[in-house]
Amino acid sequence: MDTPRALLKKSIFPSLLVLFLATLPFYMPPYTPLAVTSILMYIVLTVSWAMFCGPTRYISLATATFFGVGMYTSAVLGERLPLPLVVACGSLVSFLIGLLTGFICLRLRGFYFAIFTFGLNELVRNFVLWWEGRVAHTVGRWVVLVDSLTIYYYMLVIVLLTVLVAFFISRSRYGLILLSIGEAEEAAAHIGINVTRYRIFFFALSCLFMGMAGAVMATKWAYIDPRIAFNPVLNFTPVLMALFGGVGNVFGPILGAGVLTLASEILLSRFPYYYMLLYGILFIVIISFLPDGLVGLSRRWRENPLIS
Amino acid sequence: MGILEGDKVTKFFGGLAAVFDVDFDINKGEIVGLIGPNGAGKTTLFNMISGSLSTTGGEIRYRGKRISNLKPYQICKLGIARTFQSVKLFANISVFDHVFLGSICGTESRTKTADAQRKAATLLEMVGLSARKSDLARNLPLAEQKRLEVARALSTEPQVLLLDEVMAGLTATELTSFTTLIREIRNEGTTILLVEHVMQAIMDISDRIIVLHHGVKIAEGLPREIVTNKRVIEVYLGTDAYAEHQQP
Repeated sequence: MDTPRALLKKSIFPSLLVLFLATLPFYMPPYTPLAVTSILMYIVLTVSWAMFCGPTRYISLATATFFGVGMYTSAVLGERLPLPLVVACGSLVSFLIGLLTGFICLRLRGFYFAIFTFGLNELVRNFVLWWEGRVAHTVGRWVVLVDSLTIYYYMLVIVLLTVLVAFFISRSRYGLILLSIGEAEEAAAHIGINVTRYRIFFFALSCLFMGMAGAVMATKWAYIDPRIAFNPVLNFTPVLMALFGGVGNVFGPILGAGVLTLASEILLSRFPYYYMLLYGILFIVIISFLPDGLVGLSRRWRENPLIS
Repeated sequence: MGILEGDKVTKFFGGLAAVFDVDFDINKGEIVGLIGPNGAGKTTLFNMISGSLSTTGGEIRYRGKRISNLKPYQICKLGIARTFQSVKLFANISVFDHVFLGSICGTESRTKTADAQRKAATLLEMVGLSARKSDLARNLPLAEQKRLEVARALSTEPQVLLLDEVMAGLTATELTSFTTLIREIRNEGTTILLVEHVMQAIMDISDRIIVLHHGVKIAEGLPREIVTNKRVIEVYLGTDAYAEHQQP
């Protein structure tokens, strides 16, 4: 645990970064906030995924589900309520569905939990598709338009919120509890930890932030349908980014999401035909040499300053 | 009425009776040994007491209150803690945090961080791991891992401590210091029920011994009675132990 002074020192760089991002629209071309919004989205999804799945080692492949729930909430309520309320509702609905999901898959662990969550996304996507096709008779929805600058600042605030919550959880007794559940769940139960309660709550909490991001991003994408909102690729991307950056602390997922999103944007513009291949190679190379992710690399540099 | 009682405790796995009609009555402050060949049902019995397994029949009572089929975390908070046959530590968590976590989560009421930290430091002192408090559990040698498991169990402030083969794999020196530690724990007021295969240690330390064989209790009594019990010698001890105990 850091002293308040050490904590202050450590927060200098992040604070400067936040300041830089907050003032970005004033001195960068108008495309930049748009591009950065995507990066911010991936950061929220990755950090919120890692909030629960990092320490507990329960690999959730349902990020798209809760993100999509937030999107649909936004689409449904966007015309009737002001944006802050819409975002709050999106978060709440995702949280509640997260609680339900956590409750349903209580007996599942490891591989089975991962498969269940993946199947959940398939279920939800196909259900909404069916509903829209057979019951509502219109597939897809238009979402109320919001200007890109507002979206950018909303996402920035959401990133800050998510990162701060993740940070304080990881340093608190709850962070230790979640870690112990991931290391030796049976032993954790035997020292008085109500594993069920923590599993359900913190899983739902991570879903809350996914829904929050979804509610805002829906207004950016303007049109959503089940295939967009519950896109299965979005189930895996945060997992890859978190592993790439390193799941040991809060900064790993941020770094992973930032670097990979940036890399994919650059690769896409330079090598439009080969970018997926190069992206895959980059990922494999990094993971092979740095199983702890990028954060592991910085840790190694700090411990062995003479070895490069 | 003892602090921990078992009434015809039974566990069936399909058609196999792992534990059948086992009665026990542990009094406060006792050190009771539980011995028997492999597969006798000792760990299964422990698992039922600590809540890992449900009972198929019978009842387990702690301080007069029925605890069979409660969840492990509830039983822990009531005051029963245990160690595991194969050490179940949190590999990437520090020694200090193991005991800190137990202090926070193992008690009935919410514990303040400062109090938990103080208690953790005291406990680490007791088991001799203070020097290692920042080390990760996975970097400890076996003997110290076992001590940590005991410390973690003690951090939940139990009245009854279940030790499952805690002496397995220890050298003679380590055994002696562990025996001293267990006596010290009992002197602080904790009742101890221990499963062991290391005969020297368990005969030395136990007030009473219970013997299980194929899930059934076949003998119960003082160590010297058990060691001369024909049935126990037949199924488990072998004649050497009898001979050893006869020496002055």
